Amino acid sequence: MDGVEFRHVSFGYRAGVRVLDDLTVTIRAGEVLALVGASGTGKTTLLKLVNRMLVPDEGAVYVQGKDTREWDPIRLRRSIGYVIQEVGLFPHLEVGGNIAVVPRLEQWPDDAVAARVRELLALVGLPPEQFADRWPDELSGGQRQRVGVARALAADPPVLLMDEPFGALDPVTRRQLHNEFRRIQARVSKCVILVTHDLTEAMLLGDRVGVMERGRLIWCGPPADIDASTDPTVRELVEAASLPPSFPRATA
Amino acid sequence: MSNLLRFWIDHRGELAIMLGEHVFLVAISTVIAAGIGVPLGVFAARRPRLATPFVAVANVVQTIPSLAMFGFLLPVPLLGGVGARAAVVALVFYALLPIVRSTIVGITSISASIRDVGVAMGMRSRDLLWQIELPLATPSIVGGIRVAAVIGVGSATIAAAIGAGGLGQYIYRGLSMVDSTVILAGAIPAALLALVVDGALVWLEQRLSTRQRTSPRRRVAALGTLLIVIAVLGTVSVRARGTSTIVVGSKNFTEQIILGEIVAQTIERETGLPVQRRLNLGGTLICDRALLTGDVDVYVEYTGTALTAIFHQQPSNDRGAVINTVRDLYARSGRTLLPGLGYDNTFAILVRGSDARQRGLRTIDDVARVAPQWRAGFGYEFLERPDGYPGLAKTYGLMFRDPPQVMDLMLSYRALAARQVDLIAGDATAGLIEGLDLVQLDDNRRYFPPYDAVPVARATTLLRYPEVRHALERLSGRISATEMRRMNYAADARHENPADIARAFLDRSR
Repeated sequence: MDGVEFRHVSFGYRAGVRVLDDLTVTIRAGEVLALVGASGTGKTTLLKLVNRMLVPDEGAVYVQGKDTREWDPIRLRRSIGYVIQEVGLFPHLEVGGNIAVVPRLEQWPDDAVAARVRELLALVGLPPEQFADRWPDELSGGQRQRVGVARALAADPPVLLMDEPFGALDPVTRRQLHNEFRRIQARVSKCVILVTHDLTEAMLLGDRVGVMERGRLIWCGPPADIDASTDPTVRELVEAASLPPSFPRATA
Repeated sequence: MSNLLRFWIDHRGELAIMLGEHVFLVAISTVIAAGIGVPLGVFAARRPRLATPFVAVANVVQTIPSLAMFGFLLPVPLLGGVGARAAVVALVFYALLPIVRSTIVGITSISASIRDVGVAMGMRSRDLLWQIELPLATPSIVGGIRVAAVIGVGSATIAAAIGAGGLGQYIYRGLSMVDSTVILAGAIPAALLALVVDGALVWLEQRLSTRQRTSPRRRVAALGTLLIVIAVLGTVSVRARGTSTIVVGSKNFTEQIILGEIVAQTIERETGLPVQRRLNLGGTLICDRALLTGDVDVYVEYTGTALTAIFHQQPSNDRGAVINTVRDLYARSGRTLLPGLGYDNTFAILVRGSDARQRGLRTIDDVARVAPQWRAGFGYEFLERPDGYPGLAKTYGLMFRDPPQVMDLMLSYRALAARQVDLIAGDATAGLIEGLDLVQLDDNRRYFPPYDAVPVARATTLLRYPEVRHALERLSGRISATEMRRMNYAADARHENPADIARAFLDRSR
């Protein structure tokens, strides 16, 4: 059991207000679950329960078959890559230094760290000799997101959490990065939970799409099936995205 | 201005030493304050409930006036006393506030999402501190250190009051000599030093905020090591100065500094023991405290001052009784009164030399005859105090043509020489008596209380080094009031160096 499993998970920041309500879902190794929903529906909270930034009030989250409460939080977090929107790169470290954070925390030898930085920069399409020594504020938004992905993959974690990773990018860059993401995922094959507010993006990138509303997962299934849903919230989303009737699946 | 330049050129060796002492005081205290303040700030920043009271306490410390701070520290064992150590302690207290505050601000202003990313990547609390918080807070922390150092340059001038050296010595010397050239000789380099320190740290601040290629952990570790090394060296050098030397103190006016030199050089000549000078201490009470705590081994006091200011007894004009009382009181607190130097620094009734010679005036009784035709000028203090003019007039039956004029003590010497008044009350050893050809009339009815100049030493020092006692006894009765006036005149009016004046005196009267 290599993936992530939520079993009847409920969570609230304040007593009586449930941000997540009895949520059950399993994400297998190599699978991408794309969560979509309006702001405040609990998507980011769900991610924070995976790397034990938060602990469930009820139910349990299992990562690689083990309850997050039983994990050493440091070990757990180092085996989970985390990509967030816009910021997230440390401004006082160069691109190479940012990517090397977790390997250095894990005390890899220097030459192994350097080799890994080069490998990952190449993987995300940034020539290492040009980019390793740049500062984050010398990069474009798209380049920064690529570095963010490279950093999350640095210690080869089995699980990857992505919180609106492409949210702040212009449409052209975003389409490029969607393609990049699919190419990279095809090679690294991680268990990925990706959060977005854009159904098109969710359908492009997810093996399955989950629709969230008020802390509940109201629909979950392969993108091709979403048209068939009769749930009014899901229908509203689909119509807002104005998708062509026969939407092509990227990895199909 | 040319006076100032000449003063600097004449005293360039001394100026360099004072500048060195000043830089040392500021550097060592800033380094120690950073060593304490940064960890304290980190600690407080991570516990928001503590941050406010921490800054409040540091704020209160900051408002204590420097002289009061030295006063508080004087009796504190290990930290207090006089000399560089106590000055450094006080300066550290002053430097703490800006450093603690800038550390707290630097850390708490890091955005929460940056910190969250670090946590989500599996950083432990200390990884977060060393890899994220300290590197990002460094510009702010260095800014705080800069403010602390600049404040330190100013505060360190006051350190001269407790014998810690530095440029403040010129300022104090100038104040006691009422010579603005000497005040400026210390104040201008201190101001320039503040600008230089400020500029240097701005440069460092910029260096640290432009990104370095070295790993932040190594950079912070290197900075920390450097600070520790400087702090250790500083502590060692401060300590090294205190061992098995005889420490000679003095108060902060010309005569005292000359006497301090005479005592110091006598011990050096007669015993060969190393002598440390802590001249220019800020007043009677600081000297007395220092002698009690052992920060000073010997200094010259005046019997009348000891009786009233130190031991709070009623003034008396019985010379022998005063000496016995003071010797007794000193002995009870482990101090030994040595034989007097030979002059009495009491009030002096002064007239022009020409008048004295023409009319054959020698005593105050003699002047009572001519007084009804004369005008007198007195300082405000002398007119008011019970052992001043009222008692004098009664004792000698003095009557002047007009009521005595009130004037500044220093100006009254000039007024007498310029024939604006005919009689004044001055200090018996004022250099101007010599310079303006004035004559002191004998107090033949023993009206004024005695202020005999006497060395006072720690009894334990004299027991350990009996040769010091012998050396000091050799000074007994060697300095007349005339001699002291000449030496004061040489220092105040001719700007000769007190050490040279003392050396010449000892050579002359060998």
